[in-house]
Amino acid sequence: MILFWVLAPVMVLAALGMVAARKAVHSALLLAVVMISLAMMYAGLEAPFLFAVQIIVYTGAILMLFLFVLMLVGVDASDSVVETIRGQRVLAAGLGVLFGATVVLGVAQTSVGVVQGLAAAAPEGNVVGVAQLIFGRYVLAFEITSALLITAALGAMVLAHRERLTPKDTQRDLAEQRMRSWSEHGTALTPAPTPGVYARHNAVDTPALLPDGTPAMSTVSRSLQARGTVRSATGREVARTTWQLTGDEGVAGRHATGAPTGEYDVPPTSQSVATSGDGGDA
Amino acid sequence: MNDATALLTLSALLFTIGAVGVLVRRNAIVVFMCVELMLNATNLAFVTFARVNGNLDGQIAAFFVMVVAAAEVVVGLSIIVAIFRTRRSASVDDASLLKY
Repeated sequence: MILFWVLAPVMVLAALGMVAARKAVHSALLLAVVMISLAMMYAGLEAPFLFAVQIIVYTGAILMLFLFVLMLVGVDASDSVVETIRGQRVLAAGLGVLFGATVVLGVAQTSVGVVQGLAAAAPEGNVVGVAQLIFGRYVLAFEITSALLITAALGAMVLAHRERLTPKDTQRDLAEQRMRSWSEHGTALTPAPTPGVYARHNAVDTPALLPDGTPAMSTVSRSLQARGTVRSATGREVARTTWQLTGDEGVAGRHATGAPTGEYDVPPTSQSVATSGDGGDA
Repeated sequence: MNDATALLTLSALLFTIGAVGVLVRRNAIVVFMCVELMLNATNLAFVTFARVNGNLDGQIAAFFVMVVAAAEVVVGLSIIVAIFRTRRSASVDDASLLKY
């Protein structure tokens, strides 16, 4: 019972945090807390086999799968807390409280009888007892489970598989594509600069600086921009600082108003495509 | 309140939190995690009842729930990845093409 009163608050708090956490990675980690606590509770409930399975299958396999998919999918707008249906959150919370009250009161009022314990049911130990049941009375269900797992694996492969519908681009195709996009849209012919060029740090979250001191947002990863962890001053701040220091608007200020500055990714046809600090593709 | 009732109450609480999460959250992966939480809550009830009744069938049921949950997670997450590839979004609100 001490185990229960230690673990139960942890589990409930972690579960509430999982629902409330804004970032999906935090939700996954809090779910891991719930699952490991649950495993320890199984150990206290005379279920050592389920304790091991819970740790290996749930925290080991399923949660790692969640984390891998989170890495694949990344951060996007669905992490935001703005609700799309008006009043949905309040209604859902109200329904949840009602449902929880119903279930908890119902459970608390039923008497489940005296706890008998598992000593008589599994005299040779829990693992032996479980094995006798799985390979005895439940052997058919166990074998059907294997079919289910094979179907799930095949289904995952089919869903994740992508057929190549067009021939693969050759080096020549890529070069022609690059020249065409340079002549039509003015994208840079040269490789894009890496983050940190001429900047104070060469970390990935520091955008490269253009010759006039404005940050080139196209040099940092888009997911870093989505998370808002890019360290740099905006073009307008650079212009203001230049103005404060010299009284001149500076190159950055003229650049921000769209005047031609001879910047490296300004296209030959349209001079106003490249603006600083808007994260345009270079 | 005896031992088993406290465990069943905890199980009911966790199930409720998972259900509220499914209703509230919009990120498909987090919704999926809440479903997992609900499955875990039922597993706790199964294990508790196995101990109360003094036989191992409840633990076998929990074991099968875990196996089915593993299969479900594999298929569900690959569906999420497939939707994300085509629609660039993991929000459950955006996948509404079949609605009209």
